[in-house]
Amino acid sequence: MMLIPCPWCGPRNETEFHYGGQADVSYPAEPQQLSDADWARFLFYRANPKGIFTERWNHQAGCRRWFTIRRDTTTNEIFQDDSHEAVTR
Amino acid sequence: MPRTPGADLPDHPDWLWNSPEPKRSYDVVIVGGGGHGLATAYYLAVNHGITNMAVLESGWLAGGNMARNTTIIRSNYLWDESAGLYEHAMKLWEGLEDELDYPLLFSQRGVLNLAHSLQDVRDSKRRVGANRLNGIDAEWLDADQVAEICPILNTSEDLRYPVLGATWQPRAGIAKHDHVAWGFARALDRMGVDLVQNCQVTGFDRIGDRITGVRTTRGDIAAGKVALAAAGSTSVLTDELGLALPIQSHPLQALVSELLEPVHPTVVMSNAVHVYVSQAHKGELVLGAGIDSYNSYGQRGAFHTIERELTAAVELFPMFSRAHVLRTWAGVVDVTPDASAIMGLTPFENLYVNCGWGTGGFKATPGVGWCYAHTIAHDEPHPLNAPFNLDRFTTGALVDEHGAAGVAH
Ligand SMILES: Cc1cc2nc3c(=O)[nH]c(=O)nc-3n(C[C@H](O)[C@H](O)[C@H](O)COP(=O)(O)OP(=O)(O)OC[C@H]3O[C@@H](n4cnc5c(N)ncnc54)[C@H](O)[C@@H]3O)c2cc1C
Ligand SMILES: [Zn+2]
Repeated sequence: MMLIPCPWCGPRNETEFHYGGQADVSYPAEPQQLSDADWARFLFYRANPKGIFTERWNHQAGCRRWFTIRRDTTTNEIFQDDSHEAVTR
Repeated sequence: MPRTPGADLPDHPDWLWNSPEPKRSYDVVIVGGGGHGLATAYYLAVNHGITNMAVLESGWLAGGNMARNTTIIRSNYLWDESAGLYEHAMKLWEGLEDELDYPLLFSQRGVLNLAHSLQDVRDSKRRVGANRLNGIDAEWLDADQVAEICPILNTSEDLRYPVLGATWQPRAGIAKHDHVAWGFARALDRMGVDLVQNCQVTGFDRIGDRITGVRTTRGDIAAGKVALAAAGSTSVLTDELGLALPIQSHPLQALVSELLEPVHPTVVMSNAVHVYVSQAHKGELVLGAGIDSYNSYGQRGAFHTIERELTAAVELFPMFSRAHVLRTWAGVVDVTPDASAIMGLTPFENLYVNCGWGTGGFKATPGVGWCYAHTIAHDEPHPLNAPFNLDRFTTGALVDEHGAAGVAH
């Protein structure tokens, strides 16, 4: 089980969290302009790196807030992004 | 002369296949020596006469998901597209032992897919109807009929999620995964196909959008055609080409108990309470459940996932509370947004992709081999895998099997 660092509550058991997948996937700025291929990208395509992944977690059984970490998908080593930007985005 | 005790071992039995040095060029190179890569090579040779071919495997033969799956074979999927492909595989399974002349321990002991809520019951009956229209054996059983088939299952009403009934596919079952791989490998070796282990593909040679070969840890190899069969590691390969795929790699765990007397006569799957169980020929209870939530290439998952599946297992099978977990492990499964596979052409000439089988591709192994071989040989999908093209994520013609695949496959 991973120990995941919530920026607000500190390190907590993985069972308290809900996984949100790739970070920084934002809703298309101009949805009316989007081609089918771009819609497909937005809806279905996510990065799937072997190595460092920037991803979202929700502290569902805790403060219920979303945050972003970087994690190595081969070792589960977590690099907390504790910049102000990481906490607020 | 003093002898080391135990040193006088008999000779190693004959190898089922050789481990040749890779040649510098082949008509077809298959990337990944799991079940799908081996079956594809087999049908390329047998159905299409292609034998100047290599299967390149980064580790040891069939040591990926092929060695780690819980071997459930069934074809009772909801949609016509899936029914076509999985039922084709089922028919091939039914003749495969004879065809490969190798014991696969293919045992058609049936599968029960349990229903625990009114919605489950409605969905299950609908699936039984769809299956029958597609010529697939399927029945709806009430709780008493379920108890007759699997007496060790707790069908009493006082469960948190009582068993309200189940779908029953008598032709479903299990097979011995390793034997399946070895049977294909032996046949391929006899036909002169090179099975190259410890050979990782690290990139591609290309002229524009035409693939001309692969780069490997054992040198560059030219290829007329390159077919990917790398399961959970497919993104790592296609990232080299800037080709994005809608797959996410996750850990999927399984476990076995110690060897027990035969107690479990069939295969039981429950999507709602999240567990599936069969008993292997040797006697272990074989259990699996859902993926761990996060992306990972680590071939390991968390213990709480196992704890949850055992909770469900003990609730359904009270006698399992006396069994012990002997071994747990994980594979890396490539999950798609619609819980269906991707098999077909790519934007690159001479490059073919088969991936996205996620938690349920073992049962499809011979069907994948058959259809993927056709796709590669004719540069055009077989009608059975045509719906599983990459374009469906753009056109919206998804094959949504979350209902029939759900947790488990
Ligand atoms: C725990 C678990 C339980 C499962 N249970 C079931 C089940 O009950 N029923 C069912 O139908 N399915 C099940 N599955 C799914 C099934 O195992 C997979 O869908 C199927 O095995 C995938 O095809 P494969 O055999 O070719 O994959 P693999 O055996 O994973 O083959 C892919 C191969 O490619 C190799 N490779 C990767 N990258 C490279 C590279 N760059 N160069 C060279 N080689 C490379 C890997 O080493 C690997 O050997 C389960 C999977 C797991 C993990
Ligand atoms: Zn928190």
